[in-house]
Amino acid sequence: MNELTHLLDRLLDASMPHLVAVPILVPMFTAALMLLLGEHHRRLKSALSVTSGLLGLLAALALLRWVNAPDTSTGPGSIGVYLPGNWKAPFGIVLVADRLSTMMVALTGVIAFAASIYSTSRWDRAGVHFHPLLQLQLMGLNGAFLTGDLFNLFVFFEVMLAASYGLLLHGSGRLRVQAGLHYIAINLAASSLFLVGAAMLYGATGTLNMADLGMRIAEIAPADRGLVHAAAAILATAFFAKAGAWPLNFWLVPAYSAAVSPVGAVFALLTKLGVYTVLRLWTTLFAPDTGLSAQFGQGVLIAVGLVTLCVGALGIVGTQRLSNLAGYSVLISAGTLLAAVGLGDPAVWAGALYYLVSSTLAVSAFFLLIDMIERWRNAGASIAPHEKSGHAPFLAEDLQPLADDNLDDEQQALYGRAIPAGIAFLGLSFMACTLLLAGLPPLSGFVGKLAMLSGLLDAPVVTTAGIVFMVLLIASGFLTLLALSRAGIRHFWTQVHATMPALPALEVLPVAALLVAAATWTIAANPAMHHAIETADGLRSATAYRQAVMGARQIANPVPKPAATASEASVGAIVQ
Amino acid sequence: MEIVLAIAIGILTGSGVYLLLRPRTFQVIIGLTLMSYAVNLFMFSTGRLAVDSEPVLVAGIKATLANTADPMPQALVLTAIVIGFAMTALFLVVLLASRGLTGTDHVDGEEAQGE
Repeated sequence: MNELTHLLDRLLDASMPHLVAVPILVPMFTAALMLLLGEHHRRLKSALSVTSGLLGLLAALALLRWVNAPDTSTGPGSIGVYLPGNWKAPFGIVLVADRLSTMMVALTGVIAFAASIYSTSRWDRAGVHFHPLLQLQLMGLNGAFLTGDLFNLFVFFEVMLAASYGLLLHGSGRLRVQAGLHYIAINLAASSLFLVGAAMLYGATGTLNMADLGMRIAEIAPADRGLVHAAAAILATAFFAKAGAWPLNFWLVPAYSAAVSPVGAVFALLTKLGVYTVLRLWTTLFAPDTGLSAQFGQGVLIAVGLVTLCVGALGIVGTQRLSNLAGYSVLISAGTLLAAVGLGDPAVWAGALYYLVSSTLAVSAFFLLIDMIERWRNAGASIAPHEKSGHAPFLAEDLQPLADDNLDDEQQALYGRAIPAGIAFLGLSFMACTLLLAGLPPLSGFVGKLAMLSGLLDAPVVTTAGIVFMVLLIASGFLTLLALSRAGIRHFWTQVHATMPALPALEVLPVAALLVAAATWTIAANPAMHHAIETADGLRSATAYRQAVMGARQIANPVPKPAATASEASVGAIVQ
Repeated sequence: MEIVLAIAIGILTGSGVYLLLRPRTFQVIIGLTLMSYAVNLFMFSTGRLAVDSEPVLVAGIKATLANTADPMPQALVLTAIVIGFAMTALFLVVLLASRGLTGTDHVDGEEAQGE
């Protein structure tokens, strides 16, 4: 066993830094291969999709092992930097695998793996090209998490968005096309803002490399500082639209609840990408050593996060459709994370990062679970009759409790009877999701919230914003619990279970796997929190990140050239 | 030259935003297109406006930004144009699908009350 680990570590050493590109390349080539196969090779495509998901997950876990190894400056334990074009930063683009991006890539791997298995049960047949789109979505997500270049980030955002447009429309139908229209319009507008922001930053600083940007901003002329701040604000607006921050989030709940369930599960990651980008750029561009620009926009970040949290918490008690509940949980999680990022305290960040993983796993599992529950309740159809007619759910006949609710069809007492395994699975999974989303013990949602709260209380000065955040965090947890318990009672207790749920293993296993992952995250809270604290410490000062990116060395050409020609010499001159 | 370009970008953006907020899907797509034109021009201008500077490196002329145009914004604009074009085409398809499914070109899929 020990020898095997040793061997794997040797393999990992040998494959770095090329391994950093693997989470992007594997889905890209899988998607390309799948496009060459016709629609009738469905089984082969499903197998390819699941295999690619597994490979991506393994690569992400290997990277996670690399960044968390004991520090050896350039070997394991350092930040993995890959130069895709073999040009030194800041001239070429870089891929950077530090603790934060590796954690996000691993999380993406887990959820994509579960969603791809779940989709093979039935949803990948609802339209064409489901698996290639899912792979391209993964490529975009992983690329956006790993890139260290602002424009490259834009390109990966667009790859991710283009795939998400296709995935949202998967299955077609009026609701999806309508939600898709709004979703595409807002994202195209946000992409324009992204471009304006990136171009302004380039105009003011002359670089697009994130590490280099931070250093240039530190020494920028006072006259240009306003321009940099305006650029950052425009960029942030684009990321807020993606993260689902109020007031740019009205598209989110309709879009997420219209998407088919495996897509909803993957979409839970998209808002986290928005939060990740805000955290990454804010900590590298406006690090404490950037002088007058240090922590620019902190107040706005906190305020936007808190308002989003409020909107999500009010929304979740105002809806009874299960898929809307999931959509509002996404908003609550995004609001919590944005506010926690804005508070700027590494102890709070550590709790927030732990909470990020836990809440994403929970929301994804919830999206998948909802699909099973609704199909069971609506006798095979995905949409209940009362939803088609557009009535408010609580007025619908079929969700009213029965008069003699403790008797079954033969007037026999219902209590004291064994609950069928299928219903027990759905019910227990629903309960686990409720505990995770509301942040109740014993699961990881509680640990994450507790870590954020204790981080706030341990700070030397407890600010007003901190207190408001604390109150809202607890209140939103309570409201989530209220809304989800009410939905659970309606769906599991007050109605006669006329039919047994049909639960294929391909659908049960991914949900169970996601919940087991969340449970493991709870049990392994010690190493997980350790990772989160180290990540937060790394974010507090951008020095290590900058050194790793700027210090990454090119690989020398295999054959030294005899003499440089005139044009190459002048290219060399501009590079110098 | 700067003021002409700035006014052009401003007019394009203004018209784009106005059309984006209109209730018909065709107006929205034209608005988005105008906005992307404005953004592309803006990005191009971040490389500084210059007349008669060399587009690429030429032997014998010192390779600094004083003598040559900045190639970076041009590369960015090229990428942005390609991506924007693809996204607009995709949006057009969704627009037609929405028109076919709902029978109206209103962005909400139904005519607003009182119109």
